[in-house]
Amino acid sequence: MIAALVAVDVTTYGWVTALKVGVVLALIPAGALILGYVFLMKMMSHMQSRLGPMEAGPHGVLQLVFDGIKFLQKEDIFPDRSDRRVFALAPLVVMLSTFLLYIVIPAGPRLVVEDLDTGIFFALAVSSLSVIGILMAGWSSANKFSLMGGLRAAGQLIAYELPLVLAVVGVVIQAGTLSLQGIVGAQAAFDMSFFGLFTIPSIGYFIPQFFGFIIFMIAVQAELTQTPFDMPVAESELVAGFMTEYTGFRFLFFFMGEFGTAFAFGALASTLFLGGWYIPFGFHDGLLGDLQGVIVLFTKIMIVSFFVFWVRFTYPRFREDQLQTFAWKWLIPLSLLNILATAVFKVVF
Amino acid sequence: MTVTEHQQSTYIAGQAADARIRFELETEGMTLNLGPQHPATHGTLRIVVRLDGEQVVWADPVCGYMHRGYEKLVEVRKYQQITTLVNRIDWLGHFANEVPFILAVEDLYGVEAPPRAQWIRTIFFEMARIANLGLFLGDMGVQLGALTPVFFAFRDREHVLNLMESATGGRFHPNFDRVGGLKEDLPKGWVDECRTVMKRQRDFCDEMEELLVGNEIFQKRTRGIGVIPRQIGLDYGLSGANIRASGVDWDLRRDSPSPLAWKEVDWKVWTHPDGDAFARYWVRLQEVREATKIVDQLLDGLPSGPIMAKMPARLRVPRGEAWVSTENPLGEMGYYVVSDGGPGGPFRCKIRTPSFNNIHIVPWLLKGVYVPDIITILASLYFILGDIDR
Repeated sequence: MIAALVAVDVTTYGWVTALKVGVVLALIPAGALILGYVFLMKMMSHMQSRLGPMEAGPHGVLQLVFDGIKFLQKEDIFPDRSDRRVFALAPLVVMLSTFLLYIVIPAGPRLVVEDLDTGIFFALAVSSLSVIGILMAGWSSANKFSLMGGLRAAGQLIAYELPLVLAVVGVVIQAGTLSLQGIVGAQAAFDMSFFGLFTIPSIGYFIPQFFGFIIFMIAVQAELTQTPFDMPVAESELVAGFMTEYTGFRFLFFFMGEFGTAFAFGALASTLFLGGWYIPFGFHDGLLGDLQGVIVLFTKIMIVSFFVFWVRFTYPRFREDQLQTFAWKWLIPLSLLNILATAVFKVVF
Repeated sequence: MTVTEHQQSTYIAGQAADARIRFELETEGMTLNLGPQHPATHGTLRIVVRLDGEQVVWADPVCGYMHRGYEKLVEVRKYQQITTLVNRIDWLGHFANEVPFILAVEDLYGVEAPPRAQWIRTIFFEMARIANLGLFLGDMGVQLGALTPVFFAFRDREHVLNLMESATGGRFHPNFDRVGGLKEDLPKGWVDECRTVMKRQRDFCDEMEELLVGNEIFQKRTRGIGVIPRQIGLDYGLSGANIRASGVDWDLRRDSPSPLAWKEVDWKVWTHPDGDAFARYWVRLQEVREATKIVDQLLDGLPSGPIMAKMPARLRVPRGEAWVSTENPLGEMGYYVVSDGGPGGPFRCKIRTPSFNNIHIVPWLLKGVYVPDIITILASLYFILGDIDR
């Protein structure tokens, strides 16, 4: 992080690019490790009245690092009848979509890899790339469970892409920009005054866009294939879905992709609805602003992820047809209504 | 290579199903092997399902992967040695497996255990039911994708198993029954501890009711799924909570003459009219509650006296045959014991296990359901593999 701050002022283009790539490369395993440790291992364990890993490092913090090393040592198995090239490529495609997500997320006033004008559009577009990887994995494994998992994932992710995008449209209308940095700025400028009596300083769009926020979080839950919507990997039905035949570091890629994407979507949700790196007090520019931004954004990601994983550990899963019904009959009409209401308010006020 | 009649009929059914699918749509079915190593089959049950998309055309359960030959093994054991074996039939309802066998042998020998032994037997029987069905209550959640309930179930079952261990020495396989009574009396302080554990089990039931029964997704996944009409259930010979969930008011604890102490206490047989997966879950939930109440009442009225009838050191069971069945956690379990009057063990012993009869309905029940519902239905029928392949 500090290196990236200094690097912003370095004029050599190659250096900057290399550093940015390095930051993104470091972010994904770091995010995946943090979420995996805090939520998958510790929160889940304590919710289920057990301790979880306690031996590797203090309170078991190094467990996932050792798990990663374990995965790297394992044999790289290709099933006999698999389509080898597609099989090998699939985890990389999933990882690629995770990588690309991190590019546009701002973590501070200057701390963003590329502040694209179409930032949120780009993020949503690349997030759906992972469907291709999952479908490739399901098809090439030559396993019936994998195939069913892959097809389920394709159907589910496409169905939930729509409410996800439509929920974001409300935010975009209110902010008037597609750039994520611009959306953060619009939320910073946005404050709610109650008939001139008193004013609440900006705490993000999640109050005016409350329904949008709820729809977005439900769709995110489905995009991440977390529990009420985890049919693609439904372990009691499909063994491990599209991941069934994967071992070693290719399995690790899927795992990192899952948690890396969860981290990125947590960041997206906080950027769109909770004000991103901005809080109403403290520093808003310069080095201190960047440092504070990182801490604020991280806190918000953890809060959002907490709810995502809390739901994951509590609920049973839907059936495939119930999931589709829920998306097409409820979420999409509701998000369209939300857009309508937002547009009306935007014109009126 | 010889083709058995069963394989032949399976093949014909498969061809017919394919023909039906191709006639409607230009597609090809898919045969999916669920098991023998599949996370949802509680062991090594294999189910061959023919799928059209995600819909089941036909399903065929294949059992026998874990057959241990207990019916043959008991023929070369003495009567005292057999409880060790039959403990392992339904491994979650451990103690409940011993009781009908011991009752059958006592029937043959013409001896009856003293009242205190019968009461303690009933207490352990009901505790085995709590340990068994309590785990089901959580396991149903994990089959539907909710991870947490099963950990709660394991946590609270542990208290029951600790009680078992403190009284019998065996946490999982008590082996506590003897012909004519019990091995030992209860340890000091056990009764009070048992009361707190029963309270805990009732709290656990409340917890499951909030976490699963009240959950909308759980209801959506189980209501109307795997409906067994009353007459179909009776025709297939279902027993236990599976048939009570179809509205048949039939419980051997109440309806058969038994020397155990169920008639001494006040309890209720729960039924449900729906016959779907939800009804089966609900009935088992109530059964755990009733079991805790039975144990509480039995503890209150526990008679004093000996725990063992007068028995000779060398047991010689006279020639004859006896059939005793009881209402085990999974359903009706019975032993048909034939003695030739010799010094050894039984000449023949037929074991009727509930799970083996309960899974016969699976091909009928799985027709036309979706793949996720296969898991729901199998989980709600609740079989133990050791109970199928004894």
